[in-house]
Formats: sequence, C-alpha cells, structure tokens
Amino acid sequence: MQLTDTRDIMASPEVVWAAILNPEVLKECVPGCESMTGSPETGFEAVVAQKVGPVSARFTGLVTLSDISPLKGLKISGEGKGGPAGYAKGGATVTMEPIEGGTRLSYAVEANVGGKIAQLGSRIIDSFAKKMADSFFERFQTAVEGPSEDAEAEAAPEAAKKGWFKRLIS
Amino acid sequence: MPKDHGIGASVKRREDIRFLTGQGRYTADIDLHKQTYAYFARSEMAHAKINKIDTKAAAAMPGVIAIMTGEDFVGMGGNPAGWYIPSRDGAAMKEPKRPVLAHGKVRHVGDAYAIVVAETLEQAKDAAAAIEVDFTELPAIVNMAEAVANSANRVHDEIDNNVCFDWGWIEDNRAAVDAAFAKAPHVTTLELVNNRLVPNAMEPRASIGDYDAGTGDYKLYTTSQNPHLTRLLISAFVMGIPENKLTVIAPDVGGGFGSKIYHYGEEAAVLAASKAIRRPVKWVAERSESFLTDAHGRDHVTRIQLALEKDGTFLALRTETMANVGAYLSNFSTATPTFLHGTLMAGPYKTPLVYVNVKAVFTNTAPVDAYRGAGRPEATYSIERIVDLAADELGIDKVEIRRKNLLTPDMFPYTSPVGLVYDVGNYQATLDKLIELGDLAGFEKRAAASKAKGKLRGLGLSTWIEACGIAPSHLVGQLGARVGLYDAATVRVNATGTISVMTGAHSHGQGHETVFAQIVAERLGIAESAVEIVHGDTSKIPFGMGSYGSRSLAVAGSAMVNAVDKIIAKGKKIAAHMLEAAEGDIEFADGKFSVAGTDKAKTFGEVAFSAYVPHNYPLETLEPGLDETSFYDPANFTYPAGAYACEVEVDPATGHVEIASFTCADDFGNVMNPMIVAGQVHGGVGQGIGQAMLENTTYDANGQLLSASYMDYAMPRAEDVPFYTVDHSCNTPCTHNPLGVKGCGEAGAIGSPPAVVNAVVDALQRGGYKHVTHIDMPVSPSRVWSAING
Repeated sequence: MQLTDTRDIMASPEVVWAAILNPEVLKECVPGCESMTGSPETGFEAVVAQKVGPVSARFTGLVTLSDISPLKGLKISGEGKGGPAGYAKGGATVTMEPIEGGTRLSYAVEANVGGKIAQLGSRIIDSFAKKMADSFFERFQTAVEGPSEDAEAEAAPEAAKKGWFKRLIS
Repeated sequence: MPKDHGIGASVKRREDIRFLTGQGRYTADIDLHKQTYAYFARSEMAHAKINKIDTKAAAAMPGVIAIMTGEDFVGMGGNPAGWYIPSRDGAAMKEPKRPVLAHGKVRHVGDAYAIVVAETLEQAKDAAAAIEVDFTELPAIVNMAEAVANSANRVHDEIDNNVCFDWGWIEDNRAAVDAAFAKAPHVTTLELVNNRLVPNAMEPRASIGDYDAGTGDYKLYTTSQNPHLTRLLISAFVMGIPENKLTVIAPDVGGGFGSKIYHYGEEAAVLAASKAIRRPVKWVAERSESFLTDAHGRDHVTRIQLALEKDGTFLALRTETMANVGAYLSNFSTATPTFLHGTLMAGPYKTPLVYVNVKAVFTNTAPVDAYRGAGRPEATYSIERIVDLAADELGIDKVEIRRKNLLTPDMFPYTSPVGLVYDVGNYQATLDKLIELGDLAGFEKRAAASKAKGKLRGLGLSTWIEACGIAPSHLVGQLGARVGLYDAATVRVNATGTISVMTGAHSHGQGHETVFAQIVAERLGIAESAVEIVHGDTSKIPFGMGSYGSRSLAVAGSAMVNAVDKIIAKGKKIAAHMLEAAEGDIEFADGKFSVAGTDKAKTFGEVAFSAYVPHNYPLETLEPGLDETSFYDPANFTYPAGAYACEVEVDPATGHVEIASFTCADDFGNVMNPMIVAGQVHGGVGQGIGQAMLENTTYDANGQLLSASYMDYAMPRAEDVPFYTVDHSCNTPCTHNPLGVKGCGEAGAIGSPPAVVNAVVDALQRGGYKHVTHIDMPVSPSRVWSAING
C-alpha cells in the first residue's frame, strides 16, 4: 500500500531536522517501539511490538536513513522480522519546506507485509499502515511542538509548554 | 414400493455411524509408539534465492531431534507431472524438478524449506522459528500475462517465459475453425476468469512416516485419495524405496475434492526423517498450511468466441486460455487444463468445429491442480456463458438456443470435434425434465412477485456434459498420460460365507462402504451386512488407482462386478461337483446354485464352506478357496449430462444476490443408491455456488496470499444455498460398463457455476441494465453493484 500526507509543524526546519535524526525522538514516535539504538550513519536497531488484527508480534529489525539532504528531506526505511508472525517492511520519503512559523513535512509511505500477517490481516493492513503513519507524525509533532492547546489547558504545568524535544535542545 | 436393499435402494450410509459418533479413525487420530512431531519451516516470501539456512541454534533447542533442509534431499528425485503435454509447435513440456524441500530458491509463500522433528509439536514449532535464513527476495511473478511477457523474471531460471506448454487442440482443425469464423454471420466474444479456489477439505492433510529399522520396511499413514498412486510416486520417482518395502495407508479421510490425489513433499520428508531418527514422525497440517500448500483449483483466464448463424445455430467455437499451474507442476496439473478441459469444449452441442488453445503458466503461487470437476467446470463455464451471451445478442430464447444445438439421441455414438466419443445420452430428456421440475413456465409470475418486493429475478440455465469414469488407459496413454487408469477389486469369500471386498477405490466421504456392499450383496444374493468393504491400505488391497474423476463406481465398481462374476463361475464348478451335475446345467440366482429345472440346490454358504473345507471337492481339476481378483480398464470415458436451472433475486440497491431456487435434472445412467447420488449432487452444487458467489483466492502483487483464512476466504454456509430440487430419473445407461453407471461426484460442481452467473446477468438484463453482459465470479455484492452502476 502507499499513502501520502502532509503535516505542518510549528518549529523551524533546523529544529525539525535535528529531531528527525535523533534516535530518542524516533523511539518516542514509532508506535510500540520498545528500543531503538544506533545512529543516523549506521542505522538504528529497533524492537517494535504491534498487534495487527489477530496477529500480535514483536518485530526486530533495522531502520536506515538514506537520501539525507539536510533541511530538505530524507528517506526512512525499515524492515522487521516478527518471527512466526511474518515480516513487515516499508519506508517513508519525507520532504521538508519552510512555511510561515514552521515547517511543512510531506511524506509518502509505503508498507509491505508478508507471512502470517498478510495471510490473516490483509483486510486491515492498509488502515493499520495509515494509523501507524498518522500516529508517528502526530507524536513527532507533539515531541517537537509540545502538546496541543487543549491538552495543554488540561495539563497546564508551566514546563509542558514546550515539546520535550524542544526543552532538550533549548 | 421402492427397494429397501440392494441395487437402486436408498440404503443409509453405514460409515456415517462411526463418522457421526466420533469413532472415525483419521491419520491425526493415529499415535505410534515413540512417535515424534514434525513442523515445516515455510517461506514467507513468494520468490527468493536461498543463500543460507542456518539450523545450528534451532538444533540446540530443547526437544529437537533432527532438522533436515533441501540440501538433505538433493539426491532424491523430483515429484513428477503425470501427463506429458507437448506444445503446438512440437516443443517439449517444461518440467522443472519439484524437490521434497525447496532447494536453491523458494517459489511460493508456504514453500517448505526445512522439516524440524522434536519430542513435542510445540518444541518443533519453536525450533522452526529459530532457524536463521538468509534469503534474497526476488520480484514475485503473480499475474499470468506479466509472467509470459517478462522473460527476465522467471519462476524457474531455465524456463525463459514461464510457459510450461502452449497446447493446441486439435491443431489440425485450427485452420478450418478460423475459416468458419471469417465467414460467420455472427461472432460472440467473451473474456472471463475462472476464479482460483482453495479446496478446503474438512480434514487438513496429515502424514506419519514409520520406518522399521529391523526389517527395512517403511509405512506411511497419509491423507490420500489413492494410496497405490502415492506409493508408486514415492517409490518410482521420488525416494526409490522398493514398492515391496513401502506400505501406504490412507485410513478414514475427511474430504479431498482432488487435493489429496497428489503426492506432496511432506510425505517423503516424514519418511526420510523417520529413517534418519529411527522413530515415527507425525505431521498434521494447520489450516493455514492447507490454504498455503494444498493444490489449488481452477485459475483460468479465457477468451472464448462462438460463431453462429443468425438463427442461433452454432458454427464454430474457439478459445485461448491461460491456465495457472503455480510454482511447481503438481501430479495432474498438466492434464487438468488440457485433456480434462479442451476435450470437453464441444459440450453437449453439435458445434462442428472447435479449437482450443491453452498456455500453462508458472507463477509464484501454490501449485494448481484438479479440484472437483477438474477442467470440466472450466469448459462448461466458458461454453454456457457464451451461449447465453450469444442468445442475448441475437435475441433468442435461452432454452431454444440450447435445444436447437443439443445433440439428439439418434446421433450417438457421437464423435466430437475435440476427440471424444460420447457413447450415449438424451439431452432433450433432461432439458424437458428441467423445464417441468423447475416450472420454467411460471418464471414470469415469480419475476413479477420479486419485482413487487423491489428485487430483480433472473433465470440461468446450464446444459452440461462431462467425461468421467477416468479413464481408458489405451486412450490416455496415446494422449500423454504416464500411468494407467484401470482399477481393481478382490472379492474374498470367507469360509463361513461372509465376504471381504478389497478395492483400489478410496472412500473419503462418498459412501463406498455402503454402495459397494449393496452391489456385491445383490449380485451374490446375500445380506449386505455379510459384505465388508476394505480400502485404503496397499498391503491389503489390489493395485488400483484410487478415487477422483467420478471413477469409483464406473471403474472400481466394474472390477468388483467382474470379480463377483468370477466367484459365481467358480461356485458353479464347485456346486456342479457337489450336486453331481454338469457345470453347464448349474444356475445361480437368489444366493443359490441349482440344477436347472430341478429343486436340487446348494446355498452360496454351502459352496463357500466346501471351497475352504474341500472334503468333497474336485481337487484334481479345481483349486480350493473362493477368492477372485479382477482388474478393469474402461473402454471409454462415461458421459454424465444434465440440465440445471438457477433462479436468483438481485437487490439492485446493494448488489446482493440470493439464490431463490436451484433445479437439477441429471442423467447418471443407472443409479445404485438414489440418496447418495442426491447427496453428491447437493454437495457438488453447493461447491459450485461457492465458486460462483463467494470463494476467491487472492494473492497480492508480492505473491502474499491474502485470502488465507476463513476470515477472508468465504465458504458457502447453509444460508447461502437453497433447498435443491434434484432428479436423476432420465437414464441412458452407460453402454460399456457392466453396471451401466456414469458417475455423479463432480456433476454438481461442473454444471452449477454458469447457471448462477447466467441467472445474475439475466436478472440485470431484465431489470434494464442492458450494459451488463458479464460479471466474473464470484458475483459478490460489490461486483454486482459495480456492474449495475458501471
């Protein structure tokens, strides 16, 4: 399956770019990610637990970054083996452009699954992949910008006004 | 009053008592001393190069006894194709080796590359998950047109365009057929897909290998429709085990529909593993493995053309078909789309000129082979759909266009333009019976009632014929078959007068134990309860070819009748001695041997006793014992035929189709047990409705099987099928077998799919959706709705 979307993030391209290359951010943003180690140069070893319809699996695999073009975009590719559950692989081509007050991320996501997940979960793979992508970029936005206004109003402690990633680097 | 026993009686199935009370004994029910459990590691990729399979870590896991991979089987032979089909240009059939376990490449999702044997099944599964594989994924070849067009991408590296053969039938007629089309007043053209099906036998495949190191004997318990054929394939082609050192036992088998004809790699793997570890090795497929690895059915893409006079007279027919054979050639995969399909393309009609072209194409999908009907449903569907389309184009009534073109009773024996000789039939009789039983005259009234409910009613017909009772060996040998297709029976009269009948046919749901006992008991004039039917064990039964192709009764049943005749002939000799009369004066009737014209007689039991206690017996001229074997090779195929009508109601708002009625008028020749015949028709039509309305096997572009469970593969359920009206009173007995029988097992699955689709298209045509001339199966609500809103 393939899907494309855009998301506007209220942070400068420099901040967004630094976040994309940070394994801590990736770990926080990949839904179900239990561990992520490595570096942009060597790739990241990741363990991701997910439930796709009737199939639960813990995927171990490698996430690599390629076509790195600072402040403009890159390609994130991943391939994970889920043991008897099968495998999943996919990637997102992300491009960045500055907009007023922030950065627009455009992404094209491609996902493929094989083995038991494909056999038992094919009906829901498309919606699963869409949810994974939406969730990733939602978390990414939160990490960079801080919680949305509504969430902030509820939580309201002063320190939470910035995203946790922004707090780290500011 | 109908008979309550013997030939023609609806005797209740004796085997159902054990099946319905949980006392059946299937392969999975068998547990052997010191048994171990096997689990197969299977490819998750449709197409990949095997760089390395590392079993070290897996082998060290708890309970693991042995792990074998494709490397361990390179010295063994391949699992062969049973039929040689040359291409129309004379090129030889491409026959890539089908190894026991994948070697070099994996070629479909589910392709097994290792067998893991452990103390428990769970340990075997855990270890299989720990096998480390290094595969390089290759582009999957799924679509047949692309497979043929893209020669760079190959399922088998040595086959450059993925074509197994490009067959023309009958090649000598091609020019004449094309010439007839060139000057025909009307030509109807249709492109259609015969959807791929998963067989879905209730019992998944299972095998136990049991090697006896003391004697060197192998035993294989397995889910087979033909234990002798399986033994032959393992012995002569794959493993080289002498046939006398291998026993194959197929105990109770829970359905096959073709999928259990074939020898599969798992059978050889458990035998080899058992020898390696000197313990029995048991494997039972999970349902997912059935979906991935049982030989699938159908999967044709066809372009068919019919040339007609303006009055609807058929002039010529030609087809171009691509038939998917999957990743490897299963045993009958080359015969199914050719000699079981092309030779039926004349159907029950007088069409004088027919030409059939079939390309068999390799893809990275599970192997495809015979499935209930096997080639004949594909032929019937193509013919019956284009007959309806032609009738619509020419404005001719669907009954009339058929009646005009059906062969008439005076034309038999009839040599068809595609090489068969139909011995006998009366297609007008079954059509007339259908019109009466299905109340076709009342259709318009029913259609009006449907319309009042907002539904569109349609009527679909199918007049079909099949060639079964497979098969005359001399004929199939000329056509490329690599086996004979006779069958055999041994009738053993025991000393106390009871009978054991050993047959090469295999019952996996058909009711052989009941019907064969009816026949033997009637012929010998004894009680059915005194007759036991033994099947499924090569150490007990004579060499027969098993059950498929609606052959059990017509072929094995004929062998049985001939063996009974030999028993009677010998009994007459014994009785003549006992009665001090000339052999020629002895008559046998009602279980008694009597001297003609006298009341001097000996019962069957007395003669049997004398044969085994030969105190007063012509030992100088006659051997003791009463035990006869007959091998029977049919002189011709049998040709069941029939006429089916399906009425549907379509909801134009949702595309939902409901089958309102389904009527069958069949000619099966003589009927041995009407209840069992009706059951076979119900089952066959149910499977045909499944194909027409629900079932579809779907691989994605990467060769992943998406319809791999009952969540995505829709089997027909009770609410999907109507109460059937079934008749088999129009009999033209087969002219060349002793029972005059034709076979009924596949009929329903052959005749029904076009009746359903014709009915749906008819409903839409009548409802004013004139643009809808065809909908591919399954005619799901979404497809019907899309067609309506086209």
